[in-house]
Amino acid sequence: MSASAATHDDHHDDHHDDHGPAKGFMRWVYTTNHKDIGTLYMITSLIMFMIGGAMALVIRLELFEPGMQYVDPGFFNQMTTLHALIMVFGAVMPAFAGMANWMIPIMIGAPDMALPRLNNWSFWLLPFGFVMLASTLFMEGGAPAAGWTLYPPLVLQTGDSFPFTIFTIHILGISSIMAAINIITTVLNMRAPGMTMMKLPLFVWTWVITAFLLIAVMPVFAGAVTMLLTDKYFGTSFFNAAGGGDPVLYQHLFWFFGHPEVYILILPSFGIISQIIPTFARKPLFGYSSMVYATASIGLLSFVVWAHHQYTVGMPIAGELYFTYATMLIAVPTGVKVFNWISTMWRGSMTFETPMLFAIAFVMLFTMGGFTGLMMSISPADLQYHDTYFIVAHFHYVLVPGSVFALMAGTYYWLPKWTGYMYDERLGKLHFWLTTISVNVTFFPQHFLGLAGMPRRIPDYAVQFAEFNAWSSVGAFVFGFSQLLFIYIIIKAVRGGQKATDEVWEGASEHGLEWQLPSPPPYHSWITAPFVK
Amino acid sequence: MKGHNTIPMNEDYYLPHKATYPIVGSIGLTTLLVGFANQLNGHAIGSTLMLAGTAILVFMMAGWFSEVIRESLAGNYNHQVDISFRMGMIWFITSEVFFFAAFFGALYYTRIYAVPWLAGEGAFESTGELLWKGFQNVWPTNGPDSIGGVGPEGHFEPMGAWGIPAINTLILLSSGATVTWAHWGLYANNRRQLIIGLIATVALGFLFVFLQAMEYHEAYTEMGLTLGTGIYGSTFFMLTGFHGLHVTIGAIFLLVVLLRSLRGHFGHDNHFAFEAAAWYWHFVDVVWLGLFIFVYWL
Ligand code: HEM
Ligand SMILES: [Cu+2]
Repeated sequence: MSASAATHDDHHDDHHDDHGPAKGFMRWVYTTNHKDIGTLYMITSLIMFMIGGAMALVIRLELFEPGMQYVDPGFFNQMTTLHALIMVFGAVMPAFAGMANWMIPIMIGAPDMALPRLNNWSFWLLPFGFVMLASTLFMEGGAPAAGWTLYPPLVLQTGDSFPFTIFTIHILGISSIMAAINIITTVLNMRAPGMTMMKLPLFVWTWVITAFLLIAVMPVFAGAVTMLLTDKYFGTSFFNAAGGGDPVLYQHLFWFFGHPEVYILILPSFGIISQIIPTFARKPLFGYSSMVYATASIGLLSFVVWAHHQYTVGMPIAGELYFTYATMLIAVPTGVKVFNWISTMWRGSMTFETPMLFAIAFVMLFTMGGFTGLMMSISPADLQYHDTYFIVAHFHYVLVPGSVFALMAGTYYWLPKWTGYMYDERLGKLHFWLTTISVNVTFFPQHFLGLAGMPRRIPDYAVQFAEFNAWSSVGAFVFGFSQLLFIYIIIKAVRGGQKATDEVWEGASEHGLEWQLPSPPPYHSWITAPFVK
Repeated sequence: MKGHNTIPMNEDYYLPHKATYPIVGSIGLTTLLVGFANQLNGHAIGSTLMLAGTAILVFMMAGWFSEVIRESLAGNYNHQVDISFRMGMIWFITSEVFFFAAFFGALYYTRIYAVPWLAGEGAFESTGELLWKGFQNVWPTNGPDSIGGVGPEGHFEPMGAWGIPAINTLILLSSGATVTWAHWGLYANNRRQLIIGLIATVALGFLFVFLQAMEYHEAYTEMGLTLGTGIYGSTFFMLTGFHGLHVTIGAIFLLVVLLRSLRGHFGHDNHFAFEAAAWYWHFVDVVWLGLFIFVYWL
């Protein structure tokens, strides 16, 4: 130790000991601190959540009644496309990255992320990407309108905004890959003594696997959109049958990315839920190692099921069969997780604070989405469901009361740790009930619409669909405005309130290192590594 | 504290205070891409922005890397930091592997499925019958409409494997050997071997790029083979082009490592940059073998 102390004085006497954050705006631009960067990610995510949400309300406004009322069809399509891109890449992914930044170093007993400068860059690419994407709204020909999947040949008809869309994806992709590299490296290399891999909190485990998925599939997406770019501007024929290519090739490349991507959006949620349920059931997580293996198998399986998005495109029968069975297989590890959460609650001494409410709602409603997924995984059945509102219902069940609820649960769970103040529990519960009821009013009727044959991504519909659509729109507006309450609750907790203890939740210090640090934790979290028994 | 301690001492893990270059990088990259997009949309401002963006990016990389090199020379990085760098590099290369996988996937898909189907094979008889009657399943192809590719003979010629590409294979394989030889020199504290090995590697790398440029020139001027020559031209130029770009980047990377070796920056237990460059180089090498087999040869 004395040797190391001497080195300090010689070379880097200024790099830890001391001090809190720098002052002013530039603190946030230059920061290398994992908590600062986590905060930046989460604020960005909230902003994008609001923007993407506003776009969803434009969609629901137009769909409130049959006929064309408020927007023209082109703009409607721009809204569906941007809504999806913004929610996926702007709201959900950055929120998880923010929580990873904040929590992973703390949860594994590390001083910070392994590569702090890279961490800064991962974040600071995002605002540039989003401004670029948003600017497409004002371009000749409007924003991209071919759907978030950007299928050719339709997407090749996009106007001036086309290259900007592609480059946005490149920028966001680079950002995600760098963040993923950082997270994996941090977990593999920065764990405190005694923190073996099989002691990692599940949020950390799920993020390791998510990071692996990101590293593997974001480059494929980047490659696919690069081919779109060269097909449009440089005369290549990747997706042009006349030149020997095939538009379906794009679908394969996209979904090779796209299906793991949906797991990128859900695995960290599994992690958050697996942190929260044991705390409020006051029991250790049931079946820890099976949770780890289930997560890993979901991650691996997610690479080999992609074409269940393409059942109607004309694949050979062997492909239809293979992808049907492979997809159904994913339900097994997913089921393991659901059973483990329920077993964790079984005979626990449960209390129902807001994070737990969201977690329980997650378990129930995500499972709903999983069931509809299972229905669609059967290719002959999916011929009926494909491109209808049934799918819209499916993925919104897994993404809103799934991923988004997990994010809200995580926010309530860790907010006292982040800010040092308890949030307003009464308002939190109100937010929960408003959100949960409205999310079901919004998305449940969409199952019926889809089964009855209402196509997705079309701004007008037959009058027979009017009633369910009206319900759905009402639900969406209540949901949207309820989120203002969420923001209010967060701001209120940031500004003060009842002081949070270190442990925050009764008995939580048994459930993770984060509850052993003060609330809020010092600027540099674990200056001395904890020893994990 | 550059020992091989396995228990992490959080105090000793170097944490930079401030990162001034990332934001510069974001500005540079955005400027470059906005410029490129404008260029593609036919706006005159495009090329200027692209130049500016590139300049900013070069400035950013020079600045960022020198900062890291300074810190490394000051002895700030302990063994654990070194491992972080190594892991970072390995995962970065992994992501690159998947980037190439997308283009190899496109090649396999079109060769195994798309082209035969267009020719009416398997269950796709009616496709062949109704859409492009008479189109044959052959490779290389520029598709049923013979898109692009009119050479002096009225059609395009595919690139053979046994001319420049075979020579280039030898070049890259030997450069893999020379870089390993240089590495041995570093381990043995043999400066001469290190430097000669690196010079040879860099020279072979640039020679490869030069020969590839000649090959492209011939393709464009004499063989009617361009990026626009149907699916064959698309896969050929995108795969070999991205590979060539990676060879160029790798060679520049090795050149920097060479310059740093000349200044004596590396020790036998302290040369992350050298190893990162070498790993990258081997990766580029392996991709080339895939290209040689599947793009040129088979
Ligand atoms: C039990 C697990 C799941 C199964 C079996 C499953 C199955 C499917 C299938 C077969 C489709 C394609 C339907 C069609 O286009 O005809 C689909 C679409 C979709 N799924 Fe899932 N899914 C599952 C879980 C998830 C999860 C966890 C997410 C995200 C959090 C998700 C997000 C989506 C999205 C976004 C789409 C629509 C993509 C689009 O066409 O725009 N799914 N799912
Ligand atoms: Cu899927």
